[in-house]
Amino acid sequence: MADKQSLNRREFFSFLTVGWVAFSAACAGLASMALRYSYPNVNFEPEMDFLAGRPTDYEAGVDERWKNGFGVWMIKRDGILVALSNICTHLGCVPNWLPAELKFKCPCHGSGFYMNGVNFEGPAPRPLERFRITMTPDGQILVDKTRIFRQEKGEWNHPDSFIRV
Amino acid sequence: MREFVNYLADPIRSFPIFLVFFYLMIRYVKVVATKKFAVIGTLISLPPIAWALADKNFFKIVIRPDNLPINFLIITVVFFTWFSLYKGVRNDGRLAAGEVPIEALPENREKVWTWPNLVYTELFCMIAMTIFLVVWAIYFKAPLEEPANPTWAPNPAKAPWYFLGLQEMLVYFDPWYAGVILPGLIVAGLIAIPYIDTNPKGNGYFCYEDRKMAINLFLFGWLALWVYLIIVGTFLRGPNWTFYGPFEYWDYKKVVAEYNVNLSEFFWIIGLNQPLPSNMILREIVGIVISLGYFFILPLASLKTKYGAKLFKDMGTIRYFILIFLAVAMASLPIKMALRWLFSLKYIVALPELELNF
Repeated sequence: MADKQSLNRREFFSFLTVGWVAFSAACAGLASMALRYSYPNVNFEPEMDFLAGRPTDYEAGVDERWKNGFGVWMIKRDGILVALSNICTHLGCVPNWLPAELKFKCPCHGSGFYMNGVNFEGPAPRPLERFRITMTPDGQILVDKTRIFRQEKGEWNHPDSFIRV
Repeated sequence: MREFVNYLADPIRSFPIFLVFFYLMIRYVKVVATKKFAVIGTLISLPPIAWALADKNFFKIVIRPDNLPINFLIITVVFFTWFSLYKGVRNDGRLAAGEVPIEALPENREKVWTWPNLVYTELFCMIAMTIFLVVWAIYFKAPLEEPANPTWAPNPAKAPWYFLGLQEMLVYFDPWYAGVILPGLIVAGLIAIPYIDTNPKGNGYFCYEDRKMAINLFLFGWLALWVYLIIVGTFLRGPNWTFYGPFEYWDYKKVVAEYNVNLSEFFWIIGLNQPLPSNMILREIVGIVISLGYFFILPLASLKTKYGAKLFKDMGTIRYFILIFLAVAMASLPIKMALRWLFSLKYIVALPELELNF
């Protein structure tokens, strides 16, 4: 029976191996292409660090000039300048600065924060986060959003979490 | 008069008022579930509604395209609640008189084929609904707004109307509880109803008296904790998620003095007059003990009551404890709401270091 077939048992297995390897490779290739496709070609996300001018550019109080571009409030108060995140610590909405009441108020669930970012009303469980803020050698402010400082972990004493002005 | 209604509408007052009406409804269900009551109630409610709609601010909220489904919701919820109670109470009367329920009468037991009777009805409903939605979508155009901006949120930022109850819950709890645990328990609890409630009475016919506890428990969760919160979230929450009365202008500059305090601060600073301990477990020990007691001791303690013991005997261990756990979790919402309103209590357990607040 075996001699009538053009394919004996051993050859059949070698064909099967080749076919199976080819099939697996094709699947893996497709899967990797699908994975690649799920990532964008061009990323429009804002830069994670930016130069924020000089300390003298800011008046005392809350400065909103970087809010729409980078999601950062610059707050100059008590001799220090900090870069405060504008993401509510409750569910990630964007609070508004209310100059009349001197507080940040979240439009989603009513969380309130003092000017220094500490929460005091509504459901927000912890204060807003600070970003790393340092001076470049030529006297400009560099805000780095990849490093955050959380008050409840005692990180607001870290020298990179504020600059003295 | 308008100021008075605005004053009453604050959840701290309107929630108890709502509960009083709810209690009256189930207490005097025999009166409520009559056609006469429905007609008189509708006639009585029409002039106040007309008076309220005459107000500019209220009309503006009611007529918003986003809010129109909620107006339908209120009307249909009121009608169907009354309608099912009406049918149930009518059957209660018949059962008490020794007759069979209306659904069991010979003319109502007649059987028909699914095809074409049911399928045709469904098809026509489908077509009618599609036409309705198309006309609705054409008439109330969705606004074309500016491109999405992750650093800006509309004010007030409102969820879709069916999630406004959840959004209102999130005002009182941390997201992991009000956004994950409670909705999960709602879904799981609704799925579990047929396994927990094995009362054979009411199968195939409306009744009230025979399944009083089940109906009241469900109506409380549905009307007081879901529909009421949707109404509050829709009509009474304005810019910055601040409370606004129904006749109040949505003034973005409204100043609300509010300050929430954690239980640990109540206990250590106000109660014992000393600073918060630095150890976070020690700091929150009161809240942790209260929460564990609420979720574990309370179900066990409920066995000591006469009603609990009877229920335990009827249902068996597993069913009983699942039911009590669901009821305790459901009750945690109004309890926390009341504590927030009365004592400005923020969190019973506040562990922001572990992202764990309750």
